[in-house]
Amino acid sequence: MSNPRQQQAAGSVCMRVSDLTVVLADSGEAIVKGISFELKAGRIFALVGESGSGKSVTSLAAMRLLPDALKISAGSVDVEGTDLFALSEARMQEIRGRKVAMIFQNAMSALNPVQTVGAQVAETLKLHTALRGNALRQRVVTLFTEVGIPDPEQRFGFFPHQLSGGQQQRVMIAMALACEPDVLIADEPTTALDVTIQLQVLNLIRELTRSRQLAVLLITHDMGVVRNTADEVAVMYRGELIEQASVDAFFHNPQQAYSRKLIDSLPDLGHFRASAVEEPLLELRDVQVHFPIRKGLLQRAVDYTRAVDGVSLAIGRGETFALVGESGSGKSTLGRAILNLEDIAGGEVLFRGEPIQGIGRSAMLPYRKQIQVIFQNPFSSMNPRMTVGDIIAEGMISLGLALSEEARNARIHELLERVQLGTEHARRYPHEFSGGQLQRVAIARALAVNPELIICDEPTSALDVSIRAEVLELLAELQREFGVSYLFITHDLSIVPTLAHKVGVMQLGKLVEQGSAEQILTAPQHPYTQALLAAVPRLED
Amino acid sequence: MFAYIVRRLLYAIPILIGVNLLTFTLFFVVNSPDDMAVSQLGDKYVTPEAIENWKQKNGYDKPLFLNPDAAGAARLTETIFFDKSVRLFAFDFGRSESGRDITSDVATRMWPSLAVALPTFIVGIGVNICVALMVVMFHGTRLDRGAVFLFVALMSISYLFYIIGGQFLVAKTWRLVPISGFHAEGQVWKFLILPVLVGVVAGIGAGARWYRTLFLEEANQDYVRTARAKGCSELTILFRHILPNALIPILTGVVVLIPSLFMGSLLIESFFGIPGLGSYMLDAINSQDFAIVRSMVFIGSILYILGLILTDISYTWADPRVRLS
Amino acid sequence: MKPVILWSDALIYLLVIALACFFYQLRKDPQTRERWAEVFSSRLGMVTFTVIAAYIAVALLDSLHFRRALDNPEGVAVEEVFYDNKVTSVFDLLTGGMGERFERTYSAPFALISFEKENLKDARGNDIRDYPPLRHAGQHLADPSQHAADILGKTLTALLWGLLLSALLIGPQWLLLRRSRYPWHYSWMVQAMIFCGGVWMVSLSRYYHILGTDLGGADVLYQSLKGIRTGVLLGTLATLIMLPIAVTLGVMAGYFKGWVDDVVQYLYTTLSSIPGILLIAASVLLFQVYIDLNPDFFAVGMEKADAKFIALCFILGVTSWSTLCRLIRAETLKISQLGYVQAAHAFGVSHTRILARHVLPNVVHIILITFVLDFSALVLAEAVLSYIGVGVDPSMGSWGNMINGARSELSREPTIWWTLTGAFFFMFALVLAANLFSDLVRDAFDPRTSLRRVEA
Repeated sequence: MSNPRQQQAAGSVCMRVSDLTVVLADSGEAIVKGISFELKAGRIFALVGESGSGKSVTSLAAMRLLPDALKISAGSVDVEGTDLFALSEARMQEIRGRKVAMIFQNAMSALNPVQTVGAQVAETLKLHTALRGNALRQRVVTLFTEVGIPDPEQRFGFFPHQLSGGQQQRVMIAMALACEPDVLIADEPTTALDVTIQLQVLNLIRELTRSRQLAVLLITHDMGVVRNTADEVAVMYRGELIEQASVDAFFHNPQQAYSRKLIDSLPDLGHFRASAVEEPLLELRDVQVHFPIRKGLLQRAVDYTRAVDGVSLAIGRGETFALVGESGSGKSTLGRAILNLEDIAGGEVLFRGEPIQGIGRSAMLPYRKQIQVIFQNPFSSMNPRMTVGDIIAEGMISLGLALSEEARNARIHELLERVQLGTEHARRYPHEFSGGQLQRVAIARALAVNPELIICDEPTSALDVSIRAEVLELLAELQREFGVSYLFITHDLSIVPTLAHKVGVMQLGKLVEQGSAEQILTAPQHPYTQALLAAVPRLED
Repeated sequence: MFAYIVRRLLYAIPILIGVNLLTFTLFFVVNSPDDMAVSQLGDKYVTPEAIENWKQKNGYDKPLFLNPDAAGAARLTETIFFDKSVRLFAFDFGRSESGRDITSDVATRMWPSLAVALPTFIVGIGVNICVALMVVMFHGTRLDRGAVFLFVALMSISYLFYIIGGQFLVAKTWRLVPISGFHAEGQVWKFLILPVLVGVVAGIGAGARWYRTLFLEEANQDYVRTARAKGCSELTILFRHILPNALIPILTGVVVLIPSLFMGSLLIESFFGIPGLGSYMLDAINSQDFAIVRSMVFIGSILYILGLILTDISYTWADPRVRLS
Repeated sequence: MKPVILWSDALIYLLVIALACFFYQLRKDPQTRERWAEVFSSRLGMVTFTVIAAYIAVALLDSLHFRRALDNPEGVAVEEVFYDNKVTSVFDLLTGGMGERFERTYSAPFALISFEKENLKDARGNDIRDYPPLRHAGQHLADPSQHAADILGKTLTALLWGLLLSALLIGPQWLLLRRSRYPWHYSWMVQAMIFCGGVWMVSLSRYYHILGTDLGGADVLYQSLKGIRTGVLLGTLATLIMLPIAVTLGVMAGYFKGWVDDVVQYLYTTLSSIPGILLIAASVLLFQVYIDLNPDFFAVGMEKADAKFIALCFILGVTSWSTLCRLIRAETLKISQLGYVQAAHAFGVSHTRILARHVLPNVVHIILITFVLDFSALVLAEAVLSYIGVGVDPSMGSWGNMINGARSELSREPTIWWTLTGAFFFMFALVLAANLFSDLVRDAFDPRTSLRRVEA
């Protein structure tokens, strides 16, 4: 990617945050600890950090939009010589939306569901300008055109739910830019979007930064976003700014070990795992899963949503097959179908050559020992009322392994140690663990019955990047040790190189392309794969 | 939409059949017509002939479900079940145990009921929303906490005390309106003010507290933060963003009650002597007139099902996200 | 003395034991323990819980029934012991015979004379029409002018005794719980107030009718106190009866879906479409007819009243399960989509085991919230039902019956306000405490509210 940033003259300072400190209102514990930075016109300043680092709190504090439980205890936010913290609430309302505007993570919930999007953008204009009537409407339509909403005249009267996720975020941007603010604060603006849409929205933000000489504060946890979009970057860790630099300097020479770790989470598209040639353990032949669409007086199924539409693939022993696709592509449904948790409408699922689709509950039991699963959300995949020990033991008991209690406990302890947890954790409850630890428990639970295949349904997407790497490393280690195969379902192509031997790309229920990891990532054939790949941020330019 | 309503109406049929079977079982199987005759006649006059007479007079001298003596369709129609239950579907309510025509009674009595229930309903919702909005404006302050405590306290007072208290203060001590009664001609409003007032006041505690929760739930939504980031004032946010969204659950929560307003209120009507369906039911219960009770159960069920359908329709009307299918 | 165990007595003690076991089980679950800790670490939680506990204690004491042995007629030595036809409870003993001091008719609180004039003979034997003195009030006074001073003096003595009793009872608690992190001192304050109030009532009721008497001359305070058992039992037993139906059907519908769900939905839509009060009224009336036709089932009048009471609880329970069932069905639907149930399926865990270990424990909070919320609603409903004439038996003391009997008397001059006041106060205190407590329980256990707190 060419880099026009160097040619831009460093803009004037539009917002100066100095010594900002935010504390919990009741305990006084500091969440943000005296941080300072400047936003300059025409520049994107990225504030990076993992969940709980205080980056979102910083952005809300700058707008004085903190929830009641938090309060600003020190510092100032200077915009054009006025300290925002010294203003009355009424004066602050004049600043918000006109001088400083903000866009949020989840556009669907950030837009008022019962107001048309046109009216919502118009409201900002009504608050801060004298525009009314037709002129107002024209202005909104112009804005919609500028942010790339198709059919702006018509979309004016749409409700948020009638727009796609990308379009909703574009409406948010139009709303934020309506009164031509100097500063734009974007809080994880693309996290909820699919990767291809993500790229488009980021490009839009970058273009607008240039064309309107905006000063942008971009809050994100994604180093790829930083790499592709930002001019300057600051790393936030436990409420403190630990490093601040220009993007190039930062990626080439990070000063802190933690920054290094964040950068390492970016994919290295140079090294791949060679595809092992083995006889297939699991084979899918033209698998189809349909959900009925019911209509009419008697609610008869008139048609089917083809969630999985004729997928064929094979996974060898000790091999990892990454199934990549965006939300709604049917990849998770396929995983559930293999587990016999979803009815298969057509095709065959062969495990070691034996068909297992649609077999009865008890006939399936022996296969349950061999095919296991790890889910995306570690918090909802553990019963909050059972101890970790009981959770791991559940499968062993139900599948009739390790029947004596001592044997079982010994096995639980062994498994916990294997996934780098302590044996004392067996007596604890899920809510006492972090997401990363819980995902380790989930791995231990799956391993408990000695499976040959584990279906990993987005096991790392709910985790912070630094933890993600650890969990992926653990999975790779276990594969080497036990020779277990993985069907790895993910939306994130960037984790594929370190993990997968083979890759399949799913779109709208169909497997559009499959092959070895190297083949797919270096020479993608299908345009959709190419689009996915183009959206993946990478270290080397 | 049309197909949806038709389907809901069809679904109402098995429910009404269920209601009828249940009431029929309660009234005729648990207690046989003989038992009813004994309890209606009183212990003194119980002779087999008297029982037979009573049964014949009131139409209980047929078999329950199947009449073996009759021929053809009459085997089914010449039964108590057909007489007392199936006819309800044709809105033929028959006669009460005391010989009055139930259908015409219902037709005349529903208007006084409505005259009390409808204003109570509308004014009540308005008052509750206003009170809740005022409290929400002071959210997080001592005033808010005090108001919530007051709501809970108001909820903890029995409805009976609201009525008794209202009659004692407004009608007896201050002599502003008559204690009870209802004259259709002339100054009806004089008789309506107190029952409506009592109904509204009694509902404030629970209503305003519920609406407050709904408002606060909406106030925690992301779009409220967006509105703030736009520069909206708190009042604008409350009235332009929170209120329209919170009205959806409020509306759909109360719409189910609208058809049932015809049924009136048992307590209000009996205390204030209003000749509506509420007092009709109460009199029927007290005189153990099961024919009336049965008819009212049937009417009540129909109105409730109607309310459910109206609720669904109101959803599509109030919430752009909802489409019926 | 011969103990009498009424059905409702047995049930309420069973319930208490069940609840004790339930809470003992819960101790093992740290999350639930944490939430209860949240409820009890607030002052309001402590205060309201103590008030509710006091009501329950009275209800339990009033549920230990027996029949007194009658003294044998003098000189007659018979083997057989005869028992009083009247059933007494331990609570009656504790009140010191408050309920046995009848007047002729109405009398105002602390009054010395009756409310209505009667034909009397004066000292000289002339017929006059005047207010007769009460039989059980102020007999010890030499001179009516000492009235106020006597009340004050007796009150002070009673309060002193009350404080002494409180000290005796709270002392051990203090020793045990002084290091606890919960605000127990608020509970102790309420306890002290209740003990003092109790001692005051019992000691003064021996000389006066604290809340006057009703039409039949019965002590209003005693009736109000007897209403406690009815209210508390109705509030708990009706929910108890409803729980198994609602939970079983709700969980089955939400878990198995398909036709099971259709059937359950049909059942609760049908049931909730019938106007509740009519269904209850009809059921109660039918049961009444049944009792009237079979009078020989019951040995004493109290048993008949009790059977009617149990039937009322049963009817209220059976007619009110649809709301809880709906909630549990929705929650089960949600839970069965969650990762841990899916994982259990992937391990081939059986349906019964999934229901018992994964689904049921995670809907308990709904059951709990419903239990406390319904309690106050049922206490209020009792009054309304008794007014309509389908409530508890008139022979059984209840606030609804008291209101029903006294509502028309407000129009008299001077107003007879005390019966209503007694019922109002005792009912209001219980319902208010229960409502406030249930708010706290809901705040602590409802995942929606607790989630909000975490985010903030």
